[in-house]
Amino acid sequence: MEKYYAESHEWVMALDENTVVVGISDYAQHALGDIVFLSNAEVGDTVTFGERFGDVESVKAVSEILSPVDGKVVEVNKDLEDTPELLNAKPLETWIIKVEGKIDPSKLMTEEDYLALDKDH
Amino acid sequence: MSQLIFERSVPFRRAVRFDACDVPEVGLDEKYVRQSKARLPEVSEVDIVRHYMELSRYSFGVDNGFYPLGSCTMKYNPKLNEFTASLEGFTSIHPDQSLSTVSGTLELMDNLSISLSEITGMDAFTLQPAAGAHGEFTGLLLIRAYHNARNDNKRTKVIVPDSSHGTNPASASMAGYTVVSVPSNEMGGVDVEALKAVLNDEIAALMLTNPNTLGLFDPNICEISKLVHDIGGLLYYDGANLNAIMGTARPGDMGFDVVHLNLHKTFSTPHGGGGPGSGPVGVKSCLVPYLPHGTLIKETYGYRYIDERDTLSIGRMRSYYGNFLVNVRAYTYILSLGSDGLKAASQNAVLNANYMMNALKDTFPVAYPQTCMHEFVVSLADLKKETGISAKDICKALLDYQMHPPTMYFPLIVHEALMIEPTETESKESMDYFIQVLKDLKQLAYDDPQKILNAPYTTPVKRVDDVQAARNPILKFQHK
Repeated sequence: MEKYYAESHEWVMALDENTVVVGISDYAQHALGDIVFLSNAEVGDTVTFGERFGDVESVKAVSEILSPVDGKVVEVNKDLEDTPELLNAKPLETWIIKVEGKIDPSKLMTEEDYLALDKDH
Repeated sequence: MSQLIFERSVPFRRAVRFDACDVPEVGLDEKYVRQSKARLPEVSEVDIVRHYMELSRYSFGVDNGFYPLGSCTMKYNPKLNEFTASLEGFTSIHPDQSLSTVSGTLELMDNLSISLSEITGMDAFTLQPAAGAHGEFTGLLLIRAYHNARNDNKRTKVIVPDSSHGTNPASASMAGYTVVSVPSNEMGGVDVEALKAVLNDEIAALMLTNPNTLGLFDPNICEISKLVHDIGGLLYYDGANLNAIMGTARPGDMGFDVVHLNLHKTFSTPHGGGGPGSGPVGVKSCLVPYLPHGTLIKETYGYRYIDERDTLSIGRMRSYYGNFLVNVRAYTYILSLGSDGLKAASQNAVLNANYMMNALKDTFPVAYPQTCMHEFVVSLADLKKETGISAKDICKALLDYQMHPPTMYFPLIVHEALMIEPTETESKESMDYFIQVLKDLKQLAYDDPQKILNAPYTTPVKRVDDVQAARNPILKFQHK
């Protein structure tokens, strides 16, 4: 399935009609450096587009993760509790939360547009 | 690394041997008696002295060398401060003794409060808070008490700019507020239009550092404070960067209602592990009734402290009357420099920062290249892209030149940031050395990056594994 990206460097991908998964981009994990801790949402939480649902902590800093979708969290990736470094190793295959909701492509970028974006300036 | 004090321990070795007890022993209640012996290191006096001397050699302070840690104002701490702080009249008193026996001490505290009020343009100061973030928390509780006393209970949000110190949103959050972030504009100041968009009657306060963490003075400050006051909010001044404007501009005149100062930055008291710090909070008259317990108040008959009788007070923020001996050092600094000297200190801090910024601007891009205040931020993003050498790697390499690295990866809005604050106490020669070393390291990054990746070479501990340390922290010594 196709990934869509937010300006704040999260991706979202549809699994089926009503379910999406959310992760962070390769650029984001690279900019953060070694990720050492993830403070994640909980199952049942409501997430809102553009609002924080968790924090990712690297050796450099703590950064907020903003939701690229509206909806309700139905599952969190438990593997990340002990091995947050998966976000460094495989950012595009590692989802953080699974959400009951629908992607709104009008608020997001396609992968092609996101990769073409000048993110350093 | 050498041995820990516990590893030097030899059974029955002692620094001092007491004579046998020649008075009757008094037994303690069983519940107060420890069940097993304390596991103290058993060492001779010379072992202890060598242990501490070794630790002192492994540490690095401003007495050892250049320490341009941005936003921390690591200026030299004059030894005169230590002389006054060790005067017996100050060291041999107890906070519980009668106020009538410590009038000199009270006068010093009052004079310091008056001096700080004059320097910042505020009406009163409390010397209670023990450090900057403690001052922030105190200030936010004062703001909350102010709004609550007016039955203005809708105000649940505090605004901070995205360039703020991390403690600002943390303090606001700890005081029970929701944090609203506003972006910076292309000049590095607060984006006024973005600020207008978030201002409403739910805003309790705006927290601002001015000059901010980019070392830039916000030219729109008067408009910003009017906007915040117009919607009923208050303005909080984070005094972390006061060293840029002492004697020239005052937060009180810019419209700020609450100010915290870091005496361990601007007023030359020991800093970091050598603390303790002191974070006095100044307020405009509208906030005086809420000042914490232990704040000195001058009455017609003499001095008294705010206590339980002052029912509007936010209450106790810490034991007794603040870090008093730190305050003695700061007062000494203020008196020894005088008003002209304080102004000159800030002017030289700004001059030094601009000298370094201009000397380095062709080596590393300056994030916001206009004239800076007391500090500036360069980005090593291009260097990292071209050589793989990051800001952290350059900082590690600096350790081999007996200099403390600048603040790195802060502020967060600049990639691969190095934030450099020379302070006024550094000579041109020490700044020139730092500038040359940074230039040499940049060249080395292109010629032999591996040499930088392996640095430092001369420190007691070489490159630490900070990822492992963050993921599996070992926070205390444990007996085997």
